[in-house]
Amino acid sequence: MNGDVPAPESPYAVEGHGLVKNFGSFRAVDGIDIAVPAGAIYGILGPNGAGKTTLLRTLLGIVDPDEGHRALLGADQPLRMARQVGYLPEERGLYPSMKAAEAIAFMGALRGLPLAEGRRRGRALMERHGLGGAIDKPIRQLSKGMAQTVQLFGTIVHQPRLIVLDEPFSGLDAINQEKLEALIRDQARRGVTILFSTHVIAHAERLCERIAIVAGGRIRFEGTPGEARDRLRPQVRLRTRMIDGAWRRALPADTVADDGAWHFALPEEGIEPLLRALIDDKAGIESLSIERPGLHDAFVAIAGADAARAMDARAEEEAA
Amino acid sequence: MRELWRAAFVIARRDFSAVVLSRTFILFLLGPLLPILIGFAFGGLGERISSTDLRPIVGLAMPAADIAAIERAHARLTERMGERALPRLRRVPASPTPRAQLARPDSAVVAILSGSVSRPVLTGKPEDLDRLQGDLSLLASAAKAEKTLRLVKVERQEVATSLGAQAQARLLIGRIAQVVMFFLTILLAGMILSNLVEEKTNKIIEILAAAVPIDAIFLGKLMAMLAMSFVGIAFWGATAFGIFAALGGHATALPTPAVGWPLFLILCVLYFAMAYTLLGSLFLGIGAQAATVREVQTLNMPITMGQMLIFFFASYAVDHIGSPAEIAACLFPWSSPFTMIARAAQDGAVWPHLLALVWQAAFVALIIRVGVLLFRRHVMQSGGRWWKTLFRPATG
Repeated sequence: MNGDVPAPESPYAVEGHGLVKNFGSFRAVDGIDIAVPAGAIYGILGPNGAGKTTLLRTLLGIVDPDEGHRALLGADQPLRMARQVGYLPEERGLYPSMKAAEAIAFMGALRGLPLAEGRRRGRALMERHGLGGAIDKPIRQLSKGMAQTVQLFGTIVHQPRLIVLDEPFSGLDAINQEKLEALIRDQARRGVTILFSTHVIAHAERLCERIAIVAGGRIRFEGTPGEARDRLRPQVRLRTRMIDGAWRRALPADTVADDGAWHFALPEEGIEPLLRALIDDKAGIESLSIERPGLHDAFVAIAGADAARAMDARAEEEAA
Repeated sequence: MRELWRAAFVIARRDFSAVVLSRTFILFLLGPLLPILIGFAFGGLGERISSTDLRPIVGLAMPAADIAAIERAHARLTERMGERALPRLRRVPASPTPRAQLARPDSAVVAILSGSVSRPVLTGKPEDLDRLQGDLSLLASAAKAEKTLRLVKVERQEVATSLGAQAQARLLIGRIAQVVMFFLTILLAGMILSNLVEEKTNKIIEILAAAVPIDAIFLGKLMAMLAMSFVGIAFWGATAFGIFAALGGHATALPTPAVGWPLFLILCVLYFAMAYTLLGSLFLGIGAQAATVREVQTLNMPITMGQMLIFFFASYAVDHIGSPAEIAACLFPWSSPFTMIARAAQDGAVWPHLLALVWQAAFVALIIRVGVLLFRRHVMQSGGRWWKTLFRPATG
């Protein structure tokens, strides 16, 4: 869909330093530093009210920060780069009486794409994604998912260098979520920088090269998903025939019993002392696994259990 | 600046097509035709009423010779003074008292002239007597003098123009232009109040604000509504002219405005555009702060009253050219277009119009800017104190 996108001069497509944004007495963004590498898929993870949307709006220039400064594709006045940016807000909005292809062309025209070219590309996009029958339908006649897809096409129709998506998966069914993931990967392959916010960890885990975990208006972690997981030691899961014995003294202090098995983080000195005790005591090892923690576990450890619960609750709510 | 205008055109094009291609636009076009049709109907009726002879009839109850003398005098004077200058006369039977004659149910006269030509007596209600006494005195005098009365011939000396008459006519043109402009503005500008509600309720404002400066959104909306107003005015004007022509109407020669017809018409268009955008930018700014259509509706009445005040101000100034009040009305941005169009009808100087148009355009820009900053601050919850960012570029 895109041609080859020339690499931006700065190594970062989006930068923010010391960003603060208050709404009255509420501090939505509290001194955030962020740098999104050009060409990366970058995810901002956090529960509702963490400050993700305000951070994105601040970076895009929709609202001005109270403190700090930002740069979008190297420009400190984000609107100057509007032609090279695509943005899908969390609260989706389209003119209900506008026809689908016309809405895509209009969104492109806002960002400098000639209307006729926008119409041509809009029709092509819709046909390619199996929505050819809805091209001339007014938005009000489309399903919520279709309208959301039309808006997404409007976000990319002008072939931007940077795409910012606020909760893009919200409101989409599993099939459309998969299509959106494919579309994001496709854009990234063409060199487009993708910055998106989500409260669904699985999407971030599958897509992102780098993530920022946001809670309470602050970035609690910034790095690759692997680095986030590496913050936790591998988890050991042990099941024995003997429930009691001297070997239990060799279990680490953080061990938790659950469903007839023992769970604990892999000790720094390794698992050998415990294995020796199990063998000496003839405890009978039924199963033993050492697993690398998932991003969800890392999120819980970094953002806190409450934030994780809030995120899980919203994800379940949407899935329902 | 180019980017701002480009973005404004994108918004304007969308808004213009959304309005003009909607079904309700047909109602919008047809609605104001009703008063025009009623106007023509009542205009025709008025013409018939005014062509009916409503001159009072005076009964003549005198000796036959005196009646004949009065009638001859009436004919002579009518020849000079015109058909409608004198009351009509009708012979009535001589009765003992004119009072009894007037009290009869079949009496068709408003007063009765009795006595003789030398000593006429006029009987009637006091207000009729006041109205008719002078005319009948003149008639009686002419009848008495009859053959000895020599009517002096007035020599005619014709001029192409009479400044006094011209000034009167131009004042009238100024007033008409003012009233028409005011009604069109009040009719059309009010719609702008609710112009941003659609974007706010449908969450489109976020997409627009991320892509273009809010100044461009405001400017585009104003441009679209102004273009739509011109479509409406062209339609109504053409329809009114068509009806006028179809009814076989003919225009009486209108006096030329001081700046000449072509420039006057151009100024009419420009000043209407200025009056519309001055009010429109204010309405857009106020309406943008409103969260719901109900809030917008509540704002309608006080705003209409404000418009009326401005019109009265401009209307007062129209025949006081050069007075402090007129200069104030020219300077006050919202009354300026109305005052200046009246001035164009009466004063031939062109440069004040150039100054006024620049002045008004500057105010449009200023009002849009303040509206945008207030919108950013209160609706988008962005930016600091609005006056600190008043002159910052729209893109930053």
